[in-house]
Amino acid sequence: MSLRLYVPGDAAALSLGADSLARALIKEAEQRGLDIEIVRNGSHGIFWLEPLVEVETPQGRVGYGPIKPADAPGLIAAILADGAHPKRLGAVAEIDWMKRQQRLTFARIGVIDPLSLEAYRASDGLKGLQKALTLSPAEVVEQVRLSGLRGRGGAGFPTGIKWKTVHDAQADRKYVICNADEGDSGTFADRMIFEGDPFMLIEGMAIAAYAVGATKGFIYLRSEYPHAAKAMARALEITEQAGWIGDNSFGPGKNFHLELRIGAGAYICGEETSLIESLEGKRALVRAKPPIPALVGLFGKPTLVNNVLSFAAVPYILAEGGQAYADFGMGRSRGTLPVQLGGNILRGGLIELAFGISIREIIEGFGGGTASGRPIRAVQIGGPLGAYLAEKDLDIPMDYEALAANKAMLGHGGIVVFDDSVDMAKMARFAFRFGADESCGKCTPCRIGAQRGFETMDRIVSGQNVARNIALVRDLCEVMIEGSLCAHGGLIPSPVLSALDRFPEDFAPAAANKTAAE
Amino acid sequence: MSAPANWDETRAETIIAAKQHLEGALLPILHELQHVFGYIDPQAVTLIARALNLSRAEVHGVVSFYHDFKKTRPLGGIVKFCRAEACQARGAQEVGEAFEKRSGAKIDGGYHAGVSVETAYCLGNCALGPNALHDGEIHAGLDAEGLEALCRHAGGLS
Repeated sequence: MSLRLYVPGDAAALSLGADSLARALIKEAEQRGLDIEIVRNGSHGIFWLEPLVEVETPQGRVGYGPIKPADAPGLIAAILADGAHPKRLGAVAEIDWMKRQQRLTFARIGVIDPLSLEAYRASDGLKGLQKALTLSPAEVVEQVRLSGLRGRGGAGFPTGIKWKTVHDAQADRKYVICNADEGDSGTFADRMIFEGDPFMLIEGMAIAAYAVGATKGFIYLRSEYPHAAKAMARALEITEQAGWIGDNSFGPGKNFHLELRIGAGAYICGEETSLIESLEGKRALVRAKPPIPALVGLFGKPTLVNNVLSFAAVPYILAEGGQAYADFGMGRSRGTLPVQLGGNILRGGLIELAFGISIREIIEGFGGGTASGRPIRAVQIGGPLGAYLAEKDLDIPMDYEALAANKAMLGHGGIVVFDDSVDMAKMARFAFRFGADESCGKCTPCRIGAQRGFETMDRIVSGQNVARNIALVRDLCEVMIEGSLCAHGGLIPSPVLSALDRFPEDFAPAAANKTAAE
Repeated sequence: MSAPANWDETRAETIIAAKQHLEGALLPILHELQHVFGYIDPQAVTLIARALNLSRAEVHGVVSFYHDFKKTRPLGGIVKFCRAEACQARGAQEVGEAFEKRSGAKIDGGYHAGVSVETAYCLGNCALGPNALHDGEIHAGLDAEGLEALCRHAGGLS
C-alpha cells in the first residue's frame, strides 16, 4: 500500500517540529513496509493547528492537527484503519475558519507543492502571465488600474497609477523591484508567499516587467527569513529553466532577468528609496522625493517598486480581469486583504478576506480572543509604526479610509493583540526605542527625535515630572510628523500618540509611580 | 553549522572577483564574505574598495550601517531572540528577563558560554512566539528554560 501525505515545510510549521514529524512518519511507514510519499506543502495559515498533516484519500485530502512527532505511529495506524483519530479535522477547506475566507492570493498556499511547476500550472498558475502577453503593455496597466489594487505600504497608493507612471517614462532601461523587506512585527504573509507559492510572486513581477517595459527585476528580501530565501532561490532556478525569465522570455528580443537580493537587518529598507540605495550597494539612507522612483529610481532609471502582496495579487487580476478583483471589497478599498493575526491570540494565522470586515470579527470570530484567556486591552494594526486601538474601537472595519478616519493605518494588514497585562506607557517607550534603533539617520527630526522621545518616555515611565514630560513628548511628536523626511520618522509618533490618547491611565503619575516602585 | 574559515586574503579576493560584476555588488560581496569568514575583516574593506572603485570610507560606511554585518570574528554561536511587539504580547520581555537571571547571560551583551543572544525585530512567526532564530531555524513558544536550552545547544555546537 502506498501513502501520500502532506507535511508543511513552512517556517511556522517547522518551528513546531514539522521536520522531525516528517522523519518520524517516514520511519514509521518504513517499519510497516509501506510505500510513503511526503509532499512538503506551504502552510494553510491555520497556525494553531500546525503541524497540520493531510492524507490523500479517495474521498480527498483529510487533515489532522496539531500532530507532534511522537504522534506519528498513532497517526499512521489510524490512517491504515478507518481514519478515525482524536485530531482528525476532515477536509481542510471545510474547516469553519477556512470556509469563511475568500482566498484569491492565498488560494494555492498550503494546497500545492510550492516548487512543482506542474502543480502550479494545474491550479491556474501562469494564466495571468499568458493572458498579459496577449495584451499590449498599456492594456495590462489598465487591468491593474481597474482592479483598484492599492499598495500595502502606509499610504495605500493606487498600484495602477504607479505602473502607468513607469510605463509612460522614457528610458533605455527600467527596473521592477519587489520590496520583500516588510519587517513589521505581526506580518508573515510575505514569508508565507515565498515559502508557499513563490512562482506566483515571480509571475506577478514578470507581468509587471512586461507592462512597464522593464528588463531587470530585483527581489529584495529581509535576512530574517532564511527559509523564504531558500525557497525563492530554488523557484528562480526552476522558472529560469522553464524560460519565463531570462533571455527572450517575453518573445524574441524581449528579456527579463530577475535576481534575489538579501537585506542585512535594516528595517528602514522597507522604505522604497532606502531600499533602492541599499540595492545600489550604499548605506540605506532615504532619498528626498521628488524625484519619485517611478521616474528616477534604481541607478537613476525609472523603477517600479511594489510590495510582495501587490505583485502576488497581479496574476489573479490578469487571469480573471481587473473587474473580477474589484468586485470584492468596499468603498475605495477593493479586492481582498490578507490579514495576519498574531500576538496574544488563541487562534492566530492568515485570514484572506474582502475588505470591510470588522476588527472584532477577526479577533473574536476567527481568533477566539486572547491566548492567555484574559480580556483584550489593546490592538496594534499595521506594524510597529501603526496605531494602538482600544477594545472599544474594535468595531472599525478593516478598510483604508475607515482606519485613517480613526488615526490608524492598515499598513501590511498585521493585527497584534495584547491582553490586559500590557503597560501602554512601556509600549510607547518601545516604539521610540525601535524607531531610534532603525532610523537611517538622514534627517534630524527622526534621528534625534526618536532618541529624545525614548529618553523622555523613560522619565514618564519612572514617574518624573509626568505632566510636563507628556507635553514635551506631544510637542516632539508634532515636529517628527511635520518635519521627517520619510514615513519612518513621520509614523513613529503614531503608536505613541494613540497610546497616550486611548490609554491615558497608563501614563498617569500614579501608574508611573506604581511601576517605579516595583 | 560548520565553524567559519580563518581570514584568508586570497580567498577573499576570489569571492570579491566572483561577484564584482553584479549591479550594486557591495551587499552580495559582504554577505558572502561574512558567510565564509563569519565577519567582515578590516582588510576586506581595502580589497573591496579597490575592486569596486570606492573609497574605504564608503565601504566602511556600508559595513557599519547594517545590523547584520559583524566587524569581529564570532566567538561562538548566535541566537536571535525576537523582541518585537507580537512576541512582547506573548511575554518576550518577561522571558528575556527571566533568561538573563537564570543563565547570567546578557541579551545584546556579547558572548556568554559560547553564545551571543541578540535582539531581533520580527522573524515572521507572530502567532506562535516568543521566537528565536538559530542556525537558520526558528524555535517557537519559548519560555526562559527553552531559551536557555537553545543557548546551551548553540554554545555547544561551535
